[in-house]
Amino acid sequence: MSEHILLPEGSIEKQTTTLNLGPTHPATHGVFQNILELDGERIMKATSTVGYIHRAFEKIAERRPLYQITPLTDRLNYCSSPINNMGWHLTCEKLLGVTTPKRVDYLRVIIMELARISDHLICNSIVGVDSGAYSGFLYVMQFRELIYEIYEEVCGSRLTTNIGRIGGFERNFTNAAFEKLEKFLDEKTGYPAQLKEFENLFSRNRIFMERTIGCGPISAERAMNYGFTGPNLRAAGVDYDVRVQTPYSSYSDFDFTVPVGTTGDCYDRFLVRNEEMWQSMSIIKQAYQKVQEFKGADADVYHADVPAYYLPEKKDVYTKMEALIYHFKIIMGETEMPAGEVYNSVEGANGELGFYLISDGGRTPYRLHFRRPCFIYYQAYPELIKDGMLSDAVITMSSLNLIAGELDA
Amino acid sequence: MLTNEIIQQKLTEKFGDVLTDWQEPYGMLTFTAPKDLNLKVMQFLYDDAELKFTFLTDLQAVHYPDNKGAELAVVYHLHNWAANVRIRFKVFTDINQPDVFSATALFQSANFMERETFDFYGVNFVGHPNLIRILNVDEMDYFPLRKEFPLEDQTRIDKDDEMFGRG
Repeated sequence: MSEHILLPEGSIEKQTTTLNLGPTHPATHGVFQNILELDGERIMKATSTVGYIHRAFEKIAERRPLYQITPLTDRLNYCSSPINNMGWHLTCEKLLGVTTPKRVDYLRVIIMELARISDHLICNSIVGVDSGAYSGFLYVMQFRELIYEIYEEVCGSRLTTNIGRIGGFERNFTNAAFEKLEKFLDEKTGYPAQLKEFENLFSRNRIFMERTIGCGPISAERAMNYGFTGPNLRAAGVDYDVRVQTPYSSYSDFDFTVPVGTTGDCYDRFLVRNEEMWQSMSIIKQAYQKVQEFKGADADVYHADVPAYYLPEKKDVYTKMEALIYHFKIIMGETEMPAGEVYNSVEGANGELGFYLISDGGRTPYRLHFRRPCFIYYQAYPELIKDGMLSDAVITMSSLNLIAGELDA
Repeated sequence: MLTNEIIQQKLTEKFGDVLTDWQEPYGMLTFTAPKDLNLKVMQFLYDDAELKFTFLTDLQAVHYPDNKGAELAVVYHLHNWAANVRIRFKVFTDINQPDVFSATALFQSANFMERETFDFYGVNFVGHPNLIRILNVDEMDYFPLRKEFPLEDQTRIDKDDEMFGRG
């Protein structure tokens, strides 16, 4: 890539072309604008513009009680909204000093890892689409549908899930949810078999390898300096994972490995995401096994006891005075939260998703800041695609898993 | 084992008592530095063989309108991955002259984060290579996350405390 032959001075061919890649280009899978300066098909310079779908979440959050902020987090990385939701609940629980029961932690882990799989499978299959292999995308899509059906069983919605509450889940998992989970995990007909097939299609595919190896690479030092986290950082060879570094939601109870790459190019990012899906499946299996060990009354535990923040069940609201009071107070946003400042992060599908919450003791946050991994690593994009071909820029963008919602908040 | 006490001790040794307001909310060491020293503090935290805070996790601002003369706080979250310790430090600046040194020379990742902070709070990061608006439109002539811009119509009374027997 570095052997860029310059034409003789003054020749007409030496002039560069300016090309707008985006904001609404089908190959960018979202609203991104990059103004490229091209010499033939080679990128000399790129300038990124972001902010096309900025929705002022941080401002809106300053007028909302805690539970009304959950739907805002859905719309950050909408390919894996449950992780954002859980990250927000965990932040609130840290502020309020709530400890959740083990069963809640395990159920959360199941949902978060399903979300990670649904995010990675989209990303990796889109890398396939952008490199000209459409079929892989169609193969895995039915399993994203199955994951969405599991969300639907748990919370009622599919994409912007608003799943869970401060303290746990809104209701216990139904048998149908567990049946769907088993169907998903089935070795022969479930996702493992499908992922194996997906890997067979891509991982050692000559065309795919030639297309992605050496495309958009970044070194570990540069990646750290650019604030990379998540699979993109691990592909560059740094084994930083929030689940391991600062375990939340009982992640320390599970046995899993953190895959790392070496060169940080598109191929390594692809392999790291694939391996993470296998690890996620292993975590889900372990968590499901632990959930099944709860018997009798323990198997009905699905939330912690935080009456001031956990919306009571409807049947209690109609029959119990106390539940009615709390229901009213929560719905009207009438609960004062303790003053304090807290930073909490979870391992989102794209990296460290952080929430910095300052409370002055009022009913709404004084200041809430989302650390969106996408926004931070996207600034490396012009450097990643410089001196590469235009078609490599497209594939690099999809393999970074840029999600416009997360980028623009 | 890098503990908050060691970090505080090392920083006090180096900078003396100009670093103030030491706290540990939820276990994270937090302090305030004079705004002229923000880069020096960050560089020291970065270079010191034991401290090694080489990752800038997050950077944002907070507006305290009642804090006259120091209305804007720029908050840095730094992380030492090897020892897995996070710290947070703040620099306060006057809203009429919100000049703070840019961290872009030390951390590439500060580029977008400082642009975002400038965009929403108007903090002027001195030394930033390209300090222009990032998420809002270029024509905007105010800084929307400052507290003087209320989100909802303030004439609404249905969210007033009086409606619920208080205040």
